[in-house]
Amino acid sequence: MTNITTEVESMKVIVFQLADKEYAVPVAQVRGIEKLMHITRVPKTPHYVKGVINLRGVVTPIIDLRERFGLPLPADEETTRIIIIQLEDMEVGFVVDSANDVLDIAMEAIEPQPEVVGSYEEEFISGVAKIDNRLLILLHLEKVLIM
Amino acid sequence: MEVNQYLEMFIDESKEHLQSCSEHLLDLEKNPNDLAIVSEIFRSAHTLKGMAATMGFEDLADLTHKMENVLDAIRNEKISVTSEILDVVFESVDHLEEMVNDIASGGDGKRDVSQTVEKLKRIEAQEPIDGIAVPQVEEVATEAVESKLSFDTFEKTVINQSFDQGFTVYEIYVKLRDDCLLKAARVFMVFEILEKIGEVIKAVPTVEKLEEEQFDSEFYIAFVSKEDTTALQEKLLKVSEVELVEVTAVSKAQFNAPEEQQQPEPVVAPVQQTAPVQQAPAQVVEQKPAEKAPAKAQVATSKTIRVNIERLDILMNLFEELVIDRGRLQSISSEVNHSELTETVERMSRTMGDLQTIVLTMRMVPVETVFNRFPKMVRQISRDLNKKIRLDVIGAETELDRTVIDEIGDPLVHLIRNSVDHGIESPEVRRANGKPEEGTVQLRAFHSGNHVFIEIEDDGAGVNREKVLSKAIARGLVTPEVAPTLSDKQVAEFIMAAGFSTADVISDISGRGVGLDVVKTTIESLGGQISIDSTPGKGSVFSIQLPLTLSIISVMLVEIEKEIYAIPLSSIIETSIIRTSDILNAHNQKVIDFRGKVVPLVFLEEIFEVPRTEPANDGFHSVVIVRKNDKLAGLVVDSFIGQQEIVLKSLGNYLTNIFAISGATILGNGKVALIVDCNALIK
Repeated sequence: MTNITTEVESMKVIVFQLADKEYAVPVAQVRGIEKLMHITRVPKTPHYVKGVINLRGVVTPIIDLRERFGLPLPADEETTRIIIIQLEDMEVGFVVDSANDVLDIAMEAIEPQPEVVGSYEEEFISGVAKIDNRLLILLHLEKVLIM
Repeated sequence: MEVNQYLEMFIDESKEHLQSCSEHLLDLEKNPNDLAIVSEIFRSAHTLKGMAATMGFEDLADLTHKMENVLDAIRNEKISVTSEILDVVFESVDHLEEMVNDIASGGDGKRDVSQTVEKLKRIEAQEPIDGIAVPQVEEVATEAVESKLSFDTFEKTVINQSFDQGFTVYEIYVKLRDDCLLKAARVFMVFEILEKIGEVIKAVPTVEKLEEEQFDSEFYIAFVSKEDTTALQEKLLKVSEVELVEVTAVSKAQFNAPEEQQQPEPVVAPVQQTAPVQQAPAQVVEQKPAEKAPAKAQVATSKTIRVNIERLDILMNLFEELVIDRGRLQSISSEVNHSELTETVERMSRTMGDLQTIVLTMRMVPVETVFNRFPKMVRQISRDLNKKIRLDVIGAETELDRTVIDEIGDPLVHLIRNSVDHGIESPEVRRANGKPEEGTVQLRAFHSGNHVFIEIEDDGAGVNREKVLSKAIARGLVTPEVAPTLSDKQVAEFIMAAGFSTADVISDISGRGVGLDVVKTTIESLGGQISIDSTPGKGSVFSIQLPLTLSIISVMLVEIEKEIYAIPLSSIIETSIIRTSDILNAHNQKVIDFRGKVVPLVFLEEIFEVPRTEPANDGFHSVVIVRKNDKLAGLVVDSFIGQQEIVLKSLGNYLTNIFAISGATILGNGKVALIVDCNALIK
């Protein structure tokens, strides 16, 4: 098998944990994973916008994915991470419970069926992938970012 | 030919030449009989044609050529200047600008200009000149005349003596390569060769200037020698980095002939085969110093280099990083309290202050770069509207940061269009009102303190109070009861409210109802302010106040609970501590009496919904008095931290239009602080 076919048939993703589920974003759109740092609150923004951080001199807005998906909020843990996502000309950080893994997902393992998961974050999902016994939820980043 | 490396230069130079064409065309329109102006335009066009042909932009070269033919006919007094002809020439210049812009954005500069070309041909055909090849020949001759050196009496005597002694007098034109590094050394070598075989009578620019490298890449020498032209040329071409040498022998008769009839024949053709075209880049660099007015020549003596704007941006970014680190160092040194560290940090801060001034002034650009497109625009609009309008530009040399310059163009276009369209009346109305037929729009720029002011004044109809008020009432901006109490200035401000247009006839110049409010928003987003003053029947003045720079500003840091906010110093009048008992209530609005003025209070804690853990009220409030135009407001905060220079950062593309926040900055401790937009807090 050549490299080219691998690239066509699979996608590298970053896997992160949120409550009891695992989510995935394409690694191509991830600019970095940061530990939790001081977040400056920005007034008059949606509740899930936690504020902005100083990411090596660049002021970067932060979205709490638990709040975005309407999940209950746990206390900040040692494992809490900020995943910096780049979408077109926007750079945004997502607060997640922990960043677990980098995986290759075969394209054929991705199903565009959001019905199998719970309903609250359904609108933000572009598909699901089953790998061994894990169910990965692929995020629809544009929809997550729409205010 | 490898052209890519010259492309950028070509674009810059072309734009300069087109700009000079436009300016001179406007001059020409005012003085249609001044053929010297035509020559200027012709020269720019000719250079442009040469450059375009060398770079392979055929359409550009072709259109320029056609335009040149018309100019040539004017210059030779075969056609007289009329506004119709100028219209067509302007149209050609517009097309040329479009082409150059297209090339600049990576296109091939192709454009359908057949109509304009047809018009040009027709103008030319009115007095047909002998075919197309003629101007080509004439150009060469013209250039020779232009490049002619002038001599004083002493020099003339020497030259005449040389003739008598059987010497030949040569006029030598030397052009160095554009990338020549040691120009002075090459000049020295050229002179060394010449002095071995003859005598240099005169050089333009002067020998001193040449030795100090105060020239672009070409110079002229008057030389007497017994060598023949070919030998001379070969010898000079041996000097490396010399691109072109033209040696022209001058006969005694030619030399002593009256000025106009001097037509030295080019004895030796230029070395390069395709001379007329290849020669063009020689002129690209700058016009010959000899032709420039003395004042201009003096300006040129200050040594300058061209720096890519991107490098300046990078420099600025790096400097901003330093400013952030300086903040950090300052806060560390005050914590550590180590005297040597404190001293060093203080010294560094002072040096950085100086450095900041230099970095910022390096980025300053004269507003001329924005203003210079307006004369043509006003001419065009006034012709479209059948109005007579003169545009006076004052203070075009005023400098502003490049970031501001980039943004200010569109708002100014809008304001000028507005003045021309709505402000200035038609000639009939003006005559009926006892005003001169020709309306005046004055565009002024000047420095004052930390700001640059740009004002646009017209002597038109001014703001029609009744019309604006009825519209404002209809739009619910003001109640009919309050309306009569408003001052003329307050009424005039309404025209900058969103969706406001009072033009009876909606023209495509302005009056689409979107416009002045957009202008206002743009200027406020630049940290500036705009106001209007209008006298009915006399005219209006739009006044724009802009910060000198956008990237580094002085702020006052304040604290609310645990949050730190930055308030731009430019908006702050003063700070003050007031007692709770000083606060008065007026119409559900808390106000204070501040130096005899009633000032409304704005509790930032409420505006920014700061989460309170404990009530901070101890009977006193810290208030920052801020100003927007002539209105004041008191921003109530918990405490003042102090004054600091900060680097303005945007909140990015995700968080846009946050109420009362204009941006963010990074503090000495690495945390982000938000910058308060005082303009949004004052109604």
